[in-house]
Amino acid sequence: MFDFNITENNGDMTVKLKGRLDATVAPQLHAKMSEFQGKSIKKVTFDAGELEYIASAGLRVIIFAKQKLGADTEIFMKDVSEDVQSVIEMTGCDNFVTII
Amino acid sequence: MIRIDDCPTHELNGIKYRCGRVRPFGASIISNDAINFSIFSKDAEACELLLYHNGEAEPFAVIPFPEEFRIGNVFSMIVYGLDYENLEYGYRFDGKYAPQEGYWFDKTKILLDPYAKLVSGRDTWGEVPDYSNTFQHRGRVIPEDYDWEGDKPLEIPMNDLIIYEMHVRSFTRDASSNVKYKGTFAGLLEKIPYLKELGVNCVELLPIFEFDEFENSRENNGERLYNYWGYSTVNFYAPKAGYAASAPFGLAAEELKNMVKQLHKAGIEVILDVVFNHTAEGNEQGPYISYRGIDNRTYYLLTPEGYYYNFSGCGNTMNCNNAVVRNCILDCLRYWVSDYHIDGFRFDLASILSRDENGAPMTSPPLLEALAHDAVLGKSKLIAEAWDAGGLYQVGSFPAWGRWAEWNGKYRDCVRKFVKSGAECGPELVYRLQGSPDLYSNRSAEASINFITCHDGFTLYDLVAYNEKHNLANGEDNRDGSNDNDSWNCGAEGETDDAEINALRRRQVKNAAALLLLSRGIPMLLSGDEFLNTQSGNNNAYCQDNLISWLDWKKSEENKDVLEFFKTLIAFRKAHPVLRRTDFYADKNSTDYPELSFHGINPWALNTSEPFLTFGFMYAESQKDYPVAEDAFIYCAVNAHWEEHDIKLPVIPEGMGWEVVAYSGDDALQHTRIENQVHLMPRSLMLLIGKKI
Repeated sequence: MFDFNITENNGDMTVKLKGRLDATVAPQLHAKMSEFQGKSIKKVTFDAGELEYIASAGLRVIIFAKQKLGADTEIFMKDVSEDVQSVIEMTGCDNFVTII
Repeated sequence: MIRIDDCPTHELNGIKYRCGRVRPFGASIISNDAINFSIFSKDAEACELLLYHNGEAEPFAVIPFPEEFRIGNVFSMIVYGLDYENLEYGYRFDGKYAPQEGYWFDKTKILLDPYAKLVSGRDTWGEVPDYSNTFQHRGRVIPEDYDWEGDKPLEIPMNDLIIYEMHVRSFTRDASSNVKYKGTFAGLLEKIPYLKELGVNCVELLPIFEFDEFENSRENNGERLYNYWGYSTVNFYAPKAGYAASAPFGLAAEELKNMVKQLHKAGIEVILDVVFNHTAEGNEQGPYISYRGIDNRTYYLLTPEGYYYNFSGCGNTMNCNNAVVRNCILDCLRYWVSDYHIDGFRFDLASILSRDENGAPMTSPPLLEALAHDAVLGKSKLIAEAWDAGGLYQVGSFPAWGRWAEWNGKYRDCVRKFVKSGAECGPELVYRLQGSPDLYSNRSAEASINFITCHDGFTLYDLVAYNEKHNLANGEDNRDGSNDNDSWNCGAEGETDDAEINALRRRQVKNAAALLLLSRGIPMLLSGDEFLNTQSGNNNAYCQDNLISWLDWKKSEENKDVLEFFKTLIAFRKAHPVLRRTDFYADKNSTDYPELSFHGINPWALNTSEPFLTFGFMYAESQKDYPVAEDAFIYCAVNAHWEEHDIKLPVIPEGMGWEVVAYSGDDALQHTRIENQVHLMPRSLMLLIGKKI
C-alpha cells in the first residue's frame, strides 16, 4: 500500500510518503505534484519516515521535482531508512537531494 | 494525438494484449502499464511470452503469439496492466531439433531476450543461484530515460588519451579501498578524485555486460573460483547486475549511468571492453540461455556438420558478419553510446569479427566497415584486439577505414624485452617510440594503443618480480596462462628482503612506465601498476575473486615514490603536445632541430641498425608549432645496460639549459640543473627538459 500527502505553504512544499512507492503508484504522485508546476516552489521536503521502498519509478518522481518545479528548488529528504538512503546514494541522486 | 491502435484486442486469463510494434526489438515501456515485446527468429515455428513477478519460479502469464502477431521473422506483442518494477520476462520457441543441421529448438527452454536491457538472476555477486529454477537469466524492463544534466560523450581527441584499464570489482573490492560500496560502479565513483589526481583521462573497463560469474565455477583448495573477468557474455544490452550495489532494487542501469556522468564531469572518458566473438552458451554441451534456442543458425558459426566453430577458444563463435547479427551488434553499440554515453569500445579478439560465415578472414568485413562508418558511433573510439584464438594475427593490418586503433602487441613485446636488457630490440624500439610507423605508416600513431601490461598477463610489478608464472591457484596445474612473458625477476623469484633487488625492481617499473608515457601513440596503463600492485605471479587471474585480483590500496602509500613518478610522467605528457603528434613527423621543425631525434652515448650518434642498450631520444617542441608557452627540448636518457653510463646531452640553443624532470635512479635529483652530460646508474632512465634559464 502507498499513500502520500502534499502540503504547501508559501513555496515550501512537504510530501509525506508512506509505504511502497513503486511503478504502480508513482504516476498518481507524479500527477499530483505536476499541479504545482509554475507555482514558485522554493523547497521540497520528502518526508520518508514511513517510506518502505523506493526504486526506479520513485526516483523519477524526485528527479521530476528537481527538473520541473523550478530551477532553484531545493530538494530535501528526511527520516530516510538505510535502504532508501543507499538507493539515493548509489544512483547519484545525492548530488541534488540533501538528506536531513 | 490519441493512437487508435493502443487498446487491447486479446485477453487470456485476465491478461490483456494486442499485436505489437516490430521495432524496436526488446521490451519497451509505451505507457504507464503497457509494454511492447518484440523478438526476432527466422527458423522458429512458434513463440510464447512468459511473464514472471520478480524472482518467482512460475510465470503469472504465458501468452502464445498468435500467427497474426508475426510479421516477417519478428514476433511482437503489447501487454497491458504490467508493473515494470515487478516484472521479469522470457520466451519459449518451438521449431526443428536437428543439431547436425544447426537447429536446436526446444520448446521447454525459457530463454532470455537478446535485447533485454536488464537481466536479473545474478543480482548479488557471488550469491549461489538456485539451479532448480528453470529460468536462470531473466529479462527485465527499464525506463529508457535518464537525466543526463547536459552530459554527452566527451570526444577527447584520440591522441590526448591516457587510458587506464581496470576491472570494476577488483578496483575497490578490497577493504583497503576505503569506499562504501566496494566492488561496484558506485564504489568506482568514490575513487574519481584519485583518478583525477593520477591524471588519466579515460578508463577502459573489463567486460561489464551481464555475464555469469558462476560459469565454470569450481573450488580449488577450498577457494571458490569464478568466471571473474567476465569475457563470456550472457546479454549484450544489460549492465552486469553484480557490479551494481543497487541491483537488488533493479537500479543497475541508473547506477552505471550516474558513474559515467560523474566520470565525464571529471574529464574522464569511459571505454568498454566488449566481447562479441562468442557467448556464454559455450559448445554443444553448453546451456540454453538465449541465442541457441532462439535462432541457432543465425547467431553462431557452424561447421557443415552442425558443430560450433571455436575461433574464440571458448566453445562457440558468433556469426558476426551475418546481416541479422551484424545489426544486433550495431544496435547494441549505438544503445551504449546513446543511452549510457559510452565514449568507445575495445573489441576482444576482434579478428573474429573479420571472419565470414565459413570462418575465413575477409578483406572488407561488413561488420567492421559498418562500425567504422556508423552515424551514431561516428565519434566513438574503436579499438581492436587484432588477433583471435584461431591463429589470425592482424596487428598492423586490421581492416581500419581510418577509424580503428589496435592494441599494439608488438609494442608490449619490444619494450618488455628491451627493458630487461634485450639489446636486439633497440632498433625496433626506435620505431615503437615513434608510434610504430613501420606498422601504421598508412594510418597514424593514433592507431597504436601502446601498452606494456594489461589484465591479461603479469602486472608491471610482477613483470619485474617473477621469471615464471605462478598460476596454481587457478586449479589447472599451472598449465594456463602464457609462458612467454618476457619478464625478469631482477634476481629473486617473488617477494624478497633483498634491498638491492627491490630497488632495481622499482627502477625497472619506472623505466618501463616512462618509455610508455614518452612514446608517440596512445598509452594504456593497467590499474594498480602505478603503485606496484601484485598478483603474486599469477599471469592469468581470470578466476580469482580475492586478494590476487583485488587492488591493495595500502601499496599506494607504501610505494608513494612510484605513484608520484607516474603522476609526474602523466602530467608531463599532458603538458607537451609534441609527444602526442600522430603523423610520424620527425624532420626539422621551427626550432631548427629534428622534432624527434635519437642519440647514442654521444649526441646525434646512434647506429639504429645494430643492437644497443644505452641511448637517448629528444623531442624538440616549438611554441610556433604547438600551443605551448615557450620552446622546449625533451630529452630522455635510457640505460638498459647492467653497467652505469655517462651520456652526453645534445647542445641546445644559447640561453637554454637542462633540468631533471624525473630520474628512475634517484627521485632527489628531480628539478636539479644538469650541464652537458648525465650519469646513469645501471638500468635507469632520466627525463630532462631543456628550457630558458
